[in-house]
Amino acid sequence: MTDSSRSDLEAHVDAAAKLLALPIAPAHRPGVVLYMGVIAAAAALVMEFPLADEVEAAPVFAPAPVEP
Amino acid sequence: MSAIEYAAADGMALVEAVRGGRARAREICERTLARIAARDAAINAFTRVRTEQALADADRVDATIAAGRDPGPLAGMPFAVKNLFDVAGLTTLAGSKINASRPPAARDAFTVAAIRRAGGVLVGALNMDEYAYGFTTENSHYGPTRNPHDPTRVAGGSSGGSGAAVSAGLVPLALGSDTNGSIRVPAALCGVFGLKPTYGRLSRTGSALFAASLDHVGPLGRSVRDVAATYDVMQGPDPSDPVSAGRPVEACLPRLGEGIGGLRIAVLDSHFAKGGEPEAFAAVAQVAAALGVSRRTTIPEAARARAAAMVITSAEGATLHLADLRARAEDFDPLTRDRFLAGALVPATWYLQAQRFRSWYRAQVTAVFREVDVLLAPTTPCPAPRIGQERMMLDGVEVLTRPNLGVFTQPLSFGGLPILSVRVTTSAALALGVPIIAAPFREDHVLRVGALLEAKGAAAAAIAA
Repeated sequence: MTDSSRSDLEAHVDAAAKLLALPIAPAHRPGVVLYMGVIAAAAALVMEFPLADEVEAAPVFAPAPVEP
Repeated sequence: MSAIEYAAADGMALVEAVRGGRARAREICERTLARIAARDAAINAFTRVRTEQALADADRVDATIAAGRDPGPLAGMPFAVKNLFDVAGLTTLAGSKINASRPPAARDAFTVAAIRRAGGVLVGALNMDEYAYGFTTENSHYGPTRNPHDPTRVAGGSSGGSGAAVSAGLVPLALGSDTNGSIRVPAALCGVFGLKPTYGRLSRTGSALFAASLDHVGPLGRSVRDVAATYDVMQGPDPSDPVSAGRPVEACLPRLGEGIGGLRIAVLDSHFAKGGEPEAFAAVAQVAAALGVSRRTTIPEAARARAAAMVITSAEGATLHLADLRARAEDFDPLTRDRFLAGALVPATWYLQAQRFRSWYRAQVTAVFREVDVLLAPTTPCPAPRIGQERMMLDGVEVLTRPNLGVFTQPLSFGGLPILSVRVTTSAALALGVPIIAAPFREDHVLRVGALLEAKGAAAAAIAA
């Protein structure tokens, strides 16, 4: 997906929306494909950047201790 | 009664008059409401004015003083909030039509309550981009907020009502939120001060989220001391906000006069020195000259940071609104709908890699701040575009207007850094801002630099006549 052609974007939008049970009206589809392309271009910059295995995602889940 | 020069008074001047017995909070509130009634129709900053409740709040401040008790450090200061902050008794719109059918909020947001406890008088709620997803406040449901310096131009966004209300002189102080630049962009384009504190520094409890990994709240104000005083009363840990830093109050107002002695300051290079109009970089040079700064430095991979912020924002924003996107996409603002729908379809690998990249980037930013204390850059790449302007020229290249207003703000909020956008004093009709950027939890640094620039006359809010 990082070298997304328009047909790749359209195929992803249609398949992912179906899997997610997210109806996309025909009038909205061109705009959704357009923005999927914008996000894909941004994601390509992220995905091409090498990260060491030990780099963890930033959000920290903090278990909540239960008070007696 | 008083001899307050209202046209020139910042919020703290009003507070001093009230606390000193030279003015009543009610008088100030009445004048504020009258100015809103006279001027807001032209700029559309307010979506709701709390006339009776504000007067009652002001009367309580006056009664407290009459009883010989302390009315609080913001006694009588009128303020308003972006309509994504909960205000007890009002429905929290978050710029949407969808949320308008929700019941009124039961209590004030953490930050709103803090300002009211300090004596602030809440006069109303302010316009914004729907669900904070925009940089222009061209809201299709409630109309665009207009720039008080040129009503054909945008106020910036998504806290556009907040920037416009302050720069039109309707209120000295307003709250906004900032995920990718939504305090700093309207502060810059409207010509006021805007503080985006460190990520996690101020509680977001009771303010509608957009992309929780990046959401901040903060003040926009008419003076650095207005911003600092309000920031100070909003500090403090909040166990209800999962990202609250839990730090004690570190008051900045008492430190504003300390100057910049000992602070190492540099201008940001690379990503922050290209892709904008010449006047944006001239504004940075003007601030650097006022501070005697010639050093330059670089934050590595800032453009990639912007891209990662965009991926995270898309996915988190869409997930938050997925139920409504499924059931009633037609009710979204056309300016946000297609972006929200696309964000729902982002693969998890893109999102998680963007979050992993953020950790790597944090280490780079930390390394930069081992060498310097304060950084400068442009807030926006250009002054306020026209309302409805789809494309604009930046550095000789035609680009989409709306997303590119955040080209310099996004990599910095991605790092969670505290930033004060100051309006640079010029004779130009349209305002420009320069962000004063510091290491995490060094809000004192950005406010001290801002106060010095203000004292030198190099930075000042531009209040529309």
